[in-house]
This record gives sequence, C-alpha cells and structure tokens, in this order.
Amino acid sequence: MKRQHYSKLALLTATLVTTSMLSACFHNKDDDDDMQEMPKVSYQITVTNLTNGQPFTPLAAILHNASYQAWRAGTAAGSGLEKLAEGGDTTEFLATADTDANVAGTQASANGPFGPGSSESVTVTVDSADDLRLSLATMLANTNDAFTGIDDIVIGDLAVGDKREVMAPAYDAGTEANSEAGGTIPGPADTTMGGGEGYNAATETGRVITVHPGIVSQDDGLATSILTEAQRWQNPVAKIVIERLQ
Amino acid sequence: MIKSFTRSLALVPMLAGVAPVALAADIDVTITNLTHGNHFTPLLVTAHDANTHLFQGGMAASASLRLMAECGDFSLLSTDLGGADGDTIENPAAGLLAPGASTTTMLMTAGGNTQLSLVAMVLPTNDGFVGVDSLTLPTTAGHYTYYLNAYDAGTEANDELLPGTMCAPGVAGIPGAPNMDAGTGGTGVAMADTNTSVHIHRGVLGDTNSTGGISDLDSTVHRWQNPVAKLEITVK
Repeated sequence: MKRQHYSKLALLTATLVTTSMLSACFHNKDDDDDMQEMPKVSYQITVTNLTNGQPFTPLAAILHNASYQAWRAGTAAGSGLEKLAEGGDTTEFLATADTDANVAGTQASANGPFGPGSSESVTVTVDSADDLRLSLATMLANTNDAFTGIDDIVIGDLAVGDKREVMAPAYDAGTEANSEAGGTIPGPADTTMGGGEGYNAATETGRVITVHPGIVSQDDGLATSILTEAQRWQNPVAKIVIERLQ
Repeated sequence: MIKSFTRSLALVPMLAGVAPVALAADIDVTITNLTHGNHFTPLLVTAHDANTHLFQGGMAASASLRLMAECGDFSLLSTDLGGADGDTIENPAAGLLAPGASTTTMLMTAGGNTQLSLVAMVLPTNDGFVGVDSLTLPTTAGHYTYYLNAYDAGTEANDELLPGTMCAPGVAGIPGAPNMDAGTGGTGVAMADTNTSVHIHRGVLGDTNSTGGISDLDSTVHRWQNPVAKLEITVK
C-alpha cells in the first residue's frame, strides 16, 4: 500500500514540477531545484522462475547505496527477511528499508505468487543513479525458509536501455528448520488441514543465511516430508534481468 | 554466412576511417563434460546474431529443441540455423562426449554474429540438456571461461525409465544409457513436468534398485550438480 502512495506522489510531483517549470519560464526563475524533484532514473526488474515445482512469492526490491544491507549470505537474517522467507510477506522487509536514509526506493510486485516458468516484474523509480545498488528477495513457497534474490548488485552504472542479467541460486534464511513437514510450508504442496504455516516466531539458533542444501523429499527417503521429487531444484533457480528504463 | 563474412571484410577499407565495424573473428571453443556419470550427445555450437535463440529459460521449447533434448538429434536446430558452416559447428566431438572428456572446435564468426549458443542432450535423462543461450562473445583477444548448467526442456515427463524403444519426440522414456549402467523394471518417477517451459533441470532422482524401484537410473551414478560443463573461449 505504501508503494501505491509513492507512485501517486511521484505522479503528483511530476505534475507540480511541470507547472512550476512553466511558471519558471514566465517568471525567469532558476528551476534547478525543481528539476531535481523529478524522478530521473527508473529500473524494471524481471524475475523468471526456472524451477520445476516451486512457486515464487511476490518480489521485494530495494534500491539503495553502499551503506545499506538488506541481507547477506553468511550473516543472520533480519526479522523482515525471516517473515519473507518463511511466509512470503514483504511488508516488514520493505518497511525496514523505507525507514533507512540509505534506501532510495522500494517496491513489491503487485500480483500474487508466480509459478514455475512464469515471470514477474517490478519497476522502481528513484531520483539518482549515484552509487545505486539493488537487493531483492522472493520465497520459494514450497519450502520451510528458502528464498532467492540478489544481495547487493551495482546497477547505477547502467545506461538507459542497458540490461544486466543475474542467475541466482536458492538461499536458506537459516530461520526455520527444514523439516519439510506438513503444516510448516505455506505453498500449495502443503495440503495439511488449514494450510501450511508461514512465518513462525521461533528461530534456529546460530544459523546464518547460506546457499540452500535443497529439499530431500519423500521420494528420496525423508518419510515425514510432504514434498515430492517434483519440488526439488538445482541452482540457479531464477533468471533476474535488470533494465534501466530512463 | 560465408558470403556475409567476405562482404564485411571487403567493406572494412571503406568504413575504417568512418566508424567502428563489427569485424569477423576466429575463435576456439572448448567444451568439457564436468558430470560424474552422464554423457553429452553430439554438440551443436553456433555463433549468431542477437535475435537468434536455440532456447530461452522460461519460454516453451521449439519442436527443434524438443527433438534435440528428447532424442539427442540436433538436425532440426541446425536446419533452423541454415546448416553447418563457419558459424555453425555440428558434432565437434564426433560422437558422445563422455564424463571428463573435452572437445575443441573453431568458429569463424561473421560480422554481426556476436552471440554464442550451444546445446547437447544429457544422457541418461528424459529431456535434459546442457546449454548456453546467446552468450555475448568477447571481442578482446584472450582466454575466457564459463560454466554451464543443465536445463530441462519441459517437453517430457521425467519418468526415468528406459523402455528400449525407438526414440521419438513425445514418446515417454530415456533413449539410452551410454555406459550401459541403467536398471530396468522401475515404476516411473514423474508422470508430468510441473514446468512445461525450458527451466533448470531439478536433477534425476534414481534409486539403488537395478531391477525395480521407482527409477531405472542409479542414484549413486547418474545424479549431477550444476555446473555440468565448462566452456572455454579463446579469442585470437
């Protein structure tokens, strides 16, 4: 919801700036300050789901400078990433970023989860490309706490029309045991009565974000798993294309 | 392809002082099979323009790709590319590329053919293939290394069974295990692909029962991890 407000604000800003530019012409004022309020750079980020059996939850994209860290392999996941990786909820992950002065803009994709073979895009518009980086996360829904994304890639160097492609592996948030048990997985594979659980407040102690070891599945010997061989994957699980639009 | 190569060379003197020209280049390409127990069928290696794709992740496989991925036959893909020539190399290994084996070939990339793609089926799988889609060829002289993943064409269920019948697109079953190390009597792993577009192969499951079980593949031999191949490019 917050992002929709942002978009409206951007439109409103653009309208106001246009008006003040016109008045600037008539009144012969210096309009440099007004120009700086116009959105100057815009990026479209497209994620293609390359798995066989893992729906991806809505994308959460954060554009930031070198001083912000949304998540990082080898360190413990923050509370926002935990909620995203266990239940697909982008709210806290993005709200935390929005309060940080080093974050230029955030965006969650508007649609619901997207399945294997499908793609989803978000467009983020910010004021400046200076020192601009992208971090991104989306959950593999038929898991306990697997996610894929980008941990801090430079995008400020892209010229308008340029694209950068990243093939991303699946990560384990390290916040929930990989039990694969019924009732612990939010995706459609968990047909337990009432549906699988998403986020839970419990955390694994001493765990950090790592590359995910993969699921085992009932077909490969984990009798208590509700997952099948069809939900296994090999890396990379996602193709991520970042294109600078303006 | 050769004609345009010659033509672009002929234009060089006229244009040299005017604007940069995409020059033809000779490059060496080496492919190494990095798997533990999987063969690659005959490779198709091609340099092409930016609008050509043998396959794309997230897109449905063409009938030509399907024939290659299910049966190891690149003939339709090669026809799509206009046949073998300086830019399109068929079967550089002269047959199967065994685990650990390498093959080297030379491409004369015509001007405008700035991208490289290659494909080969991974055996024994239902429709798994090793590939790279439209890699931008380096233009500075040097030696470049890339690692390639195994894809699933999304066109055939990964039942992991070897029925011993003639391979044809759309017909279930793995066409063969070159090391003759597959089992029989499996009941079948998957009846359908969830993802019917080209995607990263989830790997084979296999089992340890050579006369029954769920799969005719051997879980201790036929599994792999990405990357499955090493691609080396030498620009002269």
